[in-house]
Formats: sequence, C-alpha cells, structure tokens
Amino acid sequence: MIKFDPQNTAECLDILSQMNQYVDGELAAEICHDLEQHLSECQDCQVVFDTLAKTVKLYRSLHDTPLEMPTGVEERLLKRLNLN
Amino acid sequence: MTGLQIHLSIYDDEKQLLIGLQRGDNDACTCFVKQFAPLVYTQAMRMVNDPDEAESILQTTFIKACAKIGEFEGRSGLSTWLYRIATNEALMFLRRQQTPRVSIEKVDETVQPGDMPHNLNAWPIDPAHQVLDGEIRAQLELALVELPENLRLVFILREIQELSTEETAITLGLSISAVKVRLHRARLRLRELLADYFNSEGDAQ
Repeated sequence: MIKFDPQNTAECLDILSQMNQYVDGELAAEICHDLEQHLSECQDCQVVFDTLAKTVKLYRSLHDTPLEMPTGVEERLLKRLNLN
Repeated sequence: MTGLQIHLSIYDDEKQLLIGLQRGDNDACTCFVKQFAPLVYTQAMRMVNDPDEAESILQTTFIKACAKIGEFEGRSGLSTWLYRIATNEALMFLRRQQTPRVSIEKVDETVQPGDMPHNLNAWPIDPAHQVLDGEIRAQLELALVELPENLRLVFILREIQELSTEETAITLGLSISAVKVRLHRARLRLRELLADYFNSEGDAQ
C-alpha cells in the first residue's frame, strides 16, 4: 500500500531515502546536486522535503521547552528530598 | 523576601549551584529542583507516556543525582547529566514493561510501506517561522506519543535531547544503521501526522 506515487516513483523513492541526510546536511555534494535537480522538477518531492525539514525544525525547538508539570509533582519531589 | 531572592539568585549560575550542591546546601538543592525538574519530567513523560511513571522517574533521578553529586566532574552541563540519568531510568521502566519481550532488534530496519508520505499537500502556514504557540506544541507532543516506541525513543534522543547518532546507538543498544533508519522513519511518520493537522488548520482558516 505505498501511496507515495508521484510521476517517477523509482527516482522519487531514491530521493526519499536520501532526504534524511540532506535535511541534516550530511549528503555528499555531488548527490546533493542531483537531489536538488530532482526537487526543482518534482512538486511532490519538494513538498515532502519542505515539510520534513519543518517537522525537524519544530521538534528541535522543543529541546528547551518543558511541559507544565501537574500540580503537586514539584512539592512531592521536594518532600522526597527532605527539602520542605 | 527580597533578601532571600537575592541570596538564591547566585544559584542561577551553574558553577555556584554545583558548589552549593556539593556543599549540601538545602537552598541549592531546592534551586536545583526548581530549575531542572520540569526538563527531567518532560524527558521522562515523552519517553514513557505515563504521568505516574514519569513522576517516579523524576524522583529517582533527583535522588540519584543528589547522592552522586560529589562525583559529578562538570564535563557536561548539569542538565545533560540529569537527562542521562532520567533516560536510563525510563529505559529500565520500558524494559520491565515489555513482557513477553519482543526483541527490539527484530523490527525491520528499513523504511516500511506505512512510513511513506501520503499527504502531499504543502502546509498553508510555516510553523517554523511562528512563535510556537500552545496548540502547536500540544500537537507536536500528541504526534510524538503516536509513534511506536522503537521509533519514538530514537527520535527523542537524537532530535530533542540532541545526542549524536553514536551516543543514541550506545544508549539504546542499537547499531548505527538502525538508529539512522529509525530516525528517518520517525521523521516521516511525524511529518505525516503534522501534515494532516496543518492542512486541516489551513482549511479552517
């Protein structure tokens, strides 16, 4: 049930397998060139790349954004540590 | 109260905080908790997706950290050190949960058909250029817990905790290539989940 079905599937699947390294800037320069060429010609792959990069950027921003702790969690922790 | 606040503000500086902790100063310990507990709780919650267990991991992490603070040499930051303790506690909990245990290495280490992009619509908004509001943050957290555990753990350690591929592989007992494939699969799945959300948000506007 592969639904990723743009015009040139084989090439698109190849591009998809390289996209992770491309997002991380770890893809060799000559392969980058081919990938960028493909992205400029393939709307679907361009969208996948663009939204994948945005996904990564969004999650990286969570590094220093903690969830709000439920009421009582800090108090119970301080109590366990004999600090209150 | 003002005097107390001035006194405690010296612990905003991590070196001073460490000196205070190693001296066994209760004020330093309280500041340590207030400053880092939310980060540790969040790390635990993302890994185990269970508030009670996340609280238990939080408590164990600080008990161990306070007991071993004398051994802390400051090669990494205090938060990195705490994250490491919390990660190990969370992994121990998850391992205890897995009965009967499905070998973590038996999962196919290739991109699966279910990982393939389905939603091929551009996002109507660029969330990366917006202040991350509460609703988007909630969506990110929701999507994260929808990932299968084997993908979620790799993603959290690599992308949110910012460990290297090698450090992630060692922490989880995986090969380098398994970490890379799982990261790719996790990113694709999260992209799909967020694409559905952002596209529906765009339709609503």
